[in-house]
Amino acid sequence: MKSHYSDAPQAQPVARHTLAVLVDNEPGVLARISGMFSGRGYNIESLTVSETEHEQHRSRITIVTSGTAGVIEQIKAQLERLVPVHRVDDLTTHGEALERELALVKVVGRGDHRVEALRLAQAFGARTVDATLNSFIFEYTGTIDEVERFIKVMAEAGLVEVARTGIAALIRGSEGL
Amino acid sequence: MNETMTGADMVVRALQDQGVEHIFGYPGGAVLPIYDALFHQEKVRHVLVRHEQGAVHSAEGYARSSGKVGCVLVTSGPGATNAVTGLTDALMDSVPLVCITGQVPTHLIGSDAFQECDTVGITRHCTKHNYLVKRIEDLPRVLHEAFYVATHGRPGPVVVDIPKDIQFASGTYERPRDNQHKTYRPRVKGDLESIRAAVKLMGEAKRPVFYTGGGVVNSGPEASILLRELVRLTGFPITSTLMGLGAYPASDKQFLGMLGMHGTYEANLAMNECDVMICVGARFDDRITGRLDAFAPHSRKIHIDIDPSSINKNVKVDVPIIGDCAHVLEDMVRLWRSSAPPLDTAALTEWWTSIEGWRGRNCLAYRNSKDIIKPQYALQRLEALTRGRDVYFTTEVGQHQMWAAQFLKFEEPNHWMTSGGLGTMGYGLPAAIGVQMAHPKALVIDVAGEASILMNMQEMSTAMQYRLPVKIFILNNQYMGMVRQWQELLHGGRYSESYSEALPDFVKLAEAYGGVGIRCDRPEELDAKIEEMISVDRPVIFDCRVDPAENCFPMIPSGKAHNEMLLGDAEADVDIGAVIDEAGKMLV
Repeated sequence: MKSHYSDAPQAQPVARHTLAVLVDNEPGVLARISGMFSGRGYNIESLTVSETEHEQHRSRITIVTSGTAGVIEQIKAQLERLVPVHRVDDLTTHGEALERELALVKVVGRGDHRVEALRLAQAFGARTVDATLNSFIFEYTGTIDEVERFIKVMAEAGLVEVARTGIAALIRGSEGL
Repeated sequence: MNETMTGADMVVRALQDQGVEHIFGYPGGAVLPIYDALFHQEKVRHVLVRHEQGAVHSAEGYARSSGKVGCVLVTSGPGATNAVTGLTDALMDSVPLVCITGQVPTHLIGSDAFQECDTVGITRHCTKHNYLVKRIEDLPRVLHEAFYVATHGRPGPVVVDIPKDIQFASGTYERPRDNQHKTYRPRVKGDLESIRAAVKLMGEAKRPVFYTGGGVVNSGPEASILLRELVRLTGFPITSTLMGLGAYPASDKQFLGMLGMHGTYEANLAMNECDVMICVGARFDDRITGRLDAFAPHSRKIHIDIDPSSINKNVKVDVPIIGDCAHVLEDMVRLWRSSAPPLDTAALTEWWTSIEGWRGRNCLAYRNSKDIIKPQYALQRLEALTRGRDVYFTTEVGQHQMWAAQFLKFEEPNHWMTSGGLGTMGYGLPAAIGVQMAHPKALVIDVAGEASILMNMQEMSTAMQYRLPVKIFILNNQYMGMVRQWQELLHGGRYSESYSEALPDFVKLAEAYGGVGIRCDRPEELDAKIEEMISVDRPVIFDCRVDPAENCFPMIPSGKAHNEMLLGDAEADVDIGAVIDEAGKMLV
C-alpha cells in the first residue's frame, strides 16, 4: 500500500470491560462522552446514566465496552481528560463486578398461550407488573446472559416488545469507589 | 453490473454514475488515491480551489444556479475543518452538497494521527447527514445514498468520510438500481384536506399576502411556474425573502419587493396588516418576523414546508401543509380553479389601494450626489447596464448584500446566490466561480464589500486558472459597513475595529493575479467603466469607491415590529439610537 501512514497492528485479544464514570451532571456531558467514543472509534455495548448524588449534581455512567488491553487503557485515559469527568473506574479489574440489567417485556396471547407465558415468567422469577385479558408486562432483572435467555424464551410465548436499561454495576465486597 | 475495483475507483465511478461533471476540491495525503483515480478519467472535471472553504462555496454556487448537486473533495484534518463554514452555510440555506473527505486509515482513527480529526463528530451538527465508511462493502451504497439524502426532503450537505485504507481496498461496485435510503422517505405530497382548507381560507381573504422563500427555488423551476400561476390567478400581492428572490418576477405589479429587516415598506406593512398569510417555502426567520409578538397580529397563516420541524417553530400557524412546494402549489392551483371562490373584490380593491399608498412612499429613495458615488446608485446602474443579459449575481455579506437585494431585479429563479442563514462573509467570490463553471457563457457578478472580499480573495487564482471571467464589483466604502451602521445606531458611533485599515490597491491586486482592475470614484464615469467591466472576458476586480457614510434603509430595528420600520429620509430627523430599546440592543 502506497501510504505514509503506518501499517495496521497485529490482532490482539479483545476483552469486555465495565467502566463506572462519575461526572458532573451538566448539559452536554453525555454528548462529550459518547462523542469521544465515536470519534476515536471505540465501541459502546451498553451505557446507562442517572444522577446518583443530587446535592452535588453528580451522575454515574456505567459503560460496557470492549477492546484490547491497550485500547481499554486509552479509553480510561481519554475519559479522564474530559473536564466534567471526576473519576473513571474499571470495575472489571477488581475481580468480577456485580452487574445487573432490567428488562420490561410485553407478551400478547390468549388462552393456553397466555397461561404458558405466565408460567414461564414465574419460573424465571420475573415480576408481573401489568396485565390485561390478552397481555402481560413482565419485569425481569439479571445479568446480560440471563436477560438474553429470558427474552429468548418469551419470544416463543408471544413477545411483542422489549425495553432494556443497560448494565448497572458495582464492585463486590465492602469497598466502595 | 458488478465490477471489482478499489475504493478510490468506486468514488469516481459513483460520481460518474450520478452524472457529476464538476467537483471542487483540494488534494492532500488522505485523499491521494481518489486524486489518482480522477487522474485516469475525463468525465468528472476537478476544479482546484485555493482554500477548502472556497471549494464548498463554489459547490454551493454551482448547485444553486444549476439545480444539480454540488460536489466537494477535500483531505482529512485541516481539509475537513476548513470545509466546516461552507457546510454550515449549505445547511442553513438548504443547498444539496456531497462532500467527500479523506480520513486516516481505520486502524489509526482515534490515535491523533497526522492530519486526523473527528470529521463526522465535527460535521454532525453542520450537515444534514454524514457517514464514516469503515468497510469497503458499504462504500458503493453510502456514496449513492449520500446523493439521495442530499437531494430528498429539505436539501442539505452530506459528508462521506473515507479512511485511506478503504480507498486502497478492493471490493465489488454495484450501482443501486433504485437509489434511496432504507428508511428516510420525506413526504412530498401535501395533505389534500389541508390544502382544501388553505384554498378556502384564501378565498375568504380580505387582505391576503403571499410570503415566499428559498423553498420555492429549491423545489425546482416547476415550483416557480406554479407560484406565478397561483399568484396571478388570485391577484394577491406577493413578497419574498432574501433567499426566494427570482421565484416571482421582480418587475411584476403584484410583487412588493423583499420583506424583512431591510425589506420594503410596502412588503412589511402588507405583512403587518394582512388577514391571511400564505407562506410558501419560507421559515419565519428572525430577520423576517421582527418582534414576534407583534408579527402579523391579525392574520391567519398557511405554511407550506417540506420540513415538518419548520412548522410552528418560530410562529404558530393555522393551516400547516407538509410537502414539496411544487406538489402543493400544483394541488392549490387545481383546487383554486375548480372551486373558483367568489372573492371579496371590494375588500381586495381597498387592500391594493392601501398597498399602493405604501408603495408611493418610495422607501428605497436616497439622496443622490454629483460628487460621490452612492452605493445604491452604483447598483442601479449595474442593474440597468446588465438588464436583458444572461446575468447571475452572487454577494458577500453586509450592506452591499442588502442593497443588492433591494436594487437588483430578479426575473428568474436560480440567478441570485447569497449567504442568507449563516451570513458568511467570503461567500460571493467562490460562489461566483461555481456559477460560472455551471454557466460558462453567462455574465457572473459578485457584488462585494471591500472587507468581505478579502476573506476569500485567494480564489481569484482559481478564476484565473480555469479562465472564469467572474466580475467582482466591490462597493468600497472603507468600512465593514453593516458593523459600522449598527455601531452608529446602537453604540454611540464608536466605530470599534470596523474601519478597513490598510486596504490593498484592488487594481494592482487584480493585476497581480493576472486579472483586470478597474477603479471608479466619479459618478459620471460609472456607466462607461461598468460597460468596460462587462466587455472584458477575464476576471475583473472593480473597485467602486462609494460614500463611506451611507446607511442601508429601510430598516426594522432590532426588537421592533414591521410597522415600526425606519425609512432612509428619517435618518436626518430621528436619533435612531434612541429608537431601539435596551431589549432590542440585546438582539442581533
